Amino acid sequence: MELFTNQVLAGIATGAIYACMALAVVMIYQAIDHLNFAQGEMAMFSTFISWQLMQWGIPYWWAFLATLIISFAGGIIIERLLFKPLAKAPVLTNVAGFIALFAIVNSVAGLIWDFTIKQYPTPFGSSPFLGSQLISTHQAGMIGVTVGLLILLYLFFQFTRIGLAMRAAAAMPESARLVGINTSWMIALGWGMASAIGAIAGILIAPVVFLEPNMMGGVLIYGFAAAVLGGLTSPLGAVVGGFLVGVFENLAGTYIPGVGNELKLPIALALIITVLVLKPAGLFGRPIVKRV
Amino acid sequence: MSAVEEAANEAPAVEAVPKRAMTLGYGTSLVVLALLIIVPMFLKNFFVFQLTMLLIYALAVLALNILTGGSGQFSLGQSAFYAVGAYTSAILMEHMGVNYALTLPVAGIICFGFGFLFGQPALRLSGIYLALATFALAVAMPQLLKLGFFEHWTGGVQGLVVTKPDAPFGLPISQDRWLYYFTLVVSIGIYIASVNLLKSRSGRAFMAIRDNEIAASAMGVDVALYKTLAFGVSAGITGVAGGLGAIAVQFVAPDGYTITLAISLFLGMVVGGVGWLPGSIVGSAFIIFVPNIAEHISKGLSGAVFGVLLFLVIFLVPHGARQVAMVAQQMLGKLKKN
Repeated sequence: MELFTNQVLAGIATGAIYACMALAVVMIYQAIDHLNFAQGEMAMFSTFISWQLMQWGIPYWWAFLATLIISFAGGIIIERLLFKPLAKAPVLTNVAGFIALFAIVNSVAGLIWDFTIKQYPTPFGSSPFLGSQLISTHQAGMIGVTVGLLILLYLFFQFTRIGLAMRAAAAMPESARLVGINTSWMIALGWGMASAIGAIAGILIAPVVFLEPNMMGGVLIYGFAAAVLGGLTSPLGAVVGGFLVGVFENLAGTYIPGVGNELKLPIALALIITVLVLKPAGLFGRPIVKRV
Repeated sequence: MSAVEEAANEAPAVEAVPKRAMTLGYGTSLVVLALLIIVPMFLKNFFVFQLTMLLIYALAVLALNILTGGSGQFSLGQSAFYAVGAYTSAILMEHMGVNYALTLPVAGIICFGFGFLFGQPALRLSGIYLALATFALAVAMPQLLKLGFFEHWTGGVQGLVVTKPDAPFGLPISQDRWLYYFTLVVSIGIYIASVNLLKSRSGRAFMAIRDNEIAASAMGVDVALYKTLAFGVSAGITGVAGGLGAIAVQFVAPDGYTITLAISLFLGMVVGGVGWLPGSIVGSAFIIFVPNIAEHISKGLSGAVFGVLLFLVIFLVPHGARQVAMVAQQMLGKLKKN
């Protein structure tokens, strides 16, 4: 029983990483109806920016704030320059665009900061949390920040005019335009927010996986799995999905014989396919009804 | 509130390409064929090897093109089928001593079955969801190949070494050159078969599904059958390409078939022009040579150069090589009139 509790706790701790990433994935899916395959690389780049700021002697929290602003602006600029012209293009072209963006960001980060692995500081410390060996204070902080972020997003979407406008633009672009919402800028705003959330995810993850240009590869796939599990249309679902994937991954690794570390990734992928086949809308997503 | 999407107004996942626009005319085909036969005679072995790889990747891109350009379904998982084909050939040759030429049909059939089965769950998915599911397959494949359970056959992480076939009947040409012509014959056979497939009743059914699934089913097309069939055919051709690849490279290992390969094939299709079969060879050239060129322009920034080139293609020639070919054809037509 103790083993079980420990594994669940450890799962929740890694799940927080996935939850953060899934949240960013869902944000951008809401805004533009596409999965951004370059999301992880954008988050990685933001994390490097914050690291650079700290290297220049700026205190952690100021660097954090500055990174969020830079990432937000960066997301909007990428959307305006590269993806706005592709808004009407087939899905296929967009996917190719994301892949191109992935290659560019990864390579530029490697050139500026090279591929050596770097330590990344945490503001929460890394001592055991509440006496438990499995969750460090950093991981507890990570869970706290993720949940806080989710609440903030909920408040933003439910109770502000811009949040309402963004939801309207995503749900029914044409009707939204008719009531005077600038849907094009709502999409840009979605990119900016997704980019900033990705930056938070990157900054939280970096102390665990260490900072390097390829740090996001595995995390993004788990983020996708989490987002699909929770439902691509629901931020709450993304977070719950993240924790579930983390726990599931750990339990499967412990209890199913033959599933060692090497099969953990295929397990996450099997999860994606199972969910997509059985319940494509995910746990919390709205099913899409088509009018013929 | 449930989201209601207007199925009719929705942007199609893939642009509709008329059947006639999918292939080259007879004259042009013959010129291309003649070039493919003659050019390797004057090249060094290494370049002949590269041309062989060009043909092999062109086959794999062609397979994806049938799936996406023909039936309108996505796949980011072609590397998985390619890997299965490669391993089938390698295992048959090395463990059972089967002749290399005979392993290809087996690889094709096994991959056809695999693709057909994978197509079953994929039936319920479309667009980005299908991309995600196939993406998952491609990422999982190298891990599955490394499993200890199959190690006796697959050689685990180390992979298998494949012997390169000699030219038969004592022909006085090098192994590389022989393999090139062998690949060329297989490629031409598959190309002709694919063109005929798309012109047939099944091909028309694929395209009807691509353009409007609901209308297609209303006209009596068995949507489920043809969608899975497209997956099977595409996987089968990819499997043959994989088998050829294993023979040409003389080596199979799990890390040769990562998601990078699947993404390359996908990009090859976009660059070559979705739904334009001859574009496959242009796309294949793009994925083989452009990374090298990018490396030459800047070592550290090769990824960035590659990405920028890709963006240029997307923005300037969104229909890929097909668009370039069409423009060239129109200009030739004008010249003739003058």
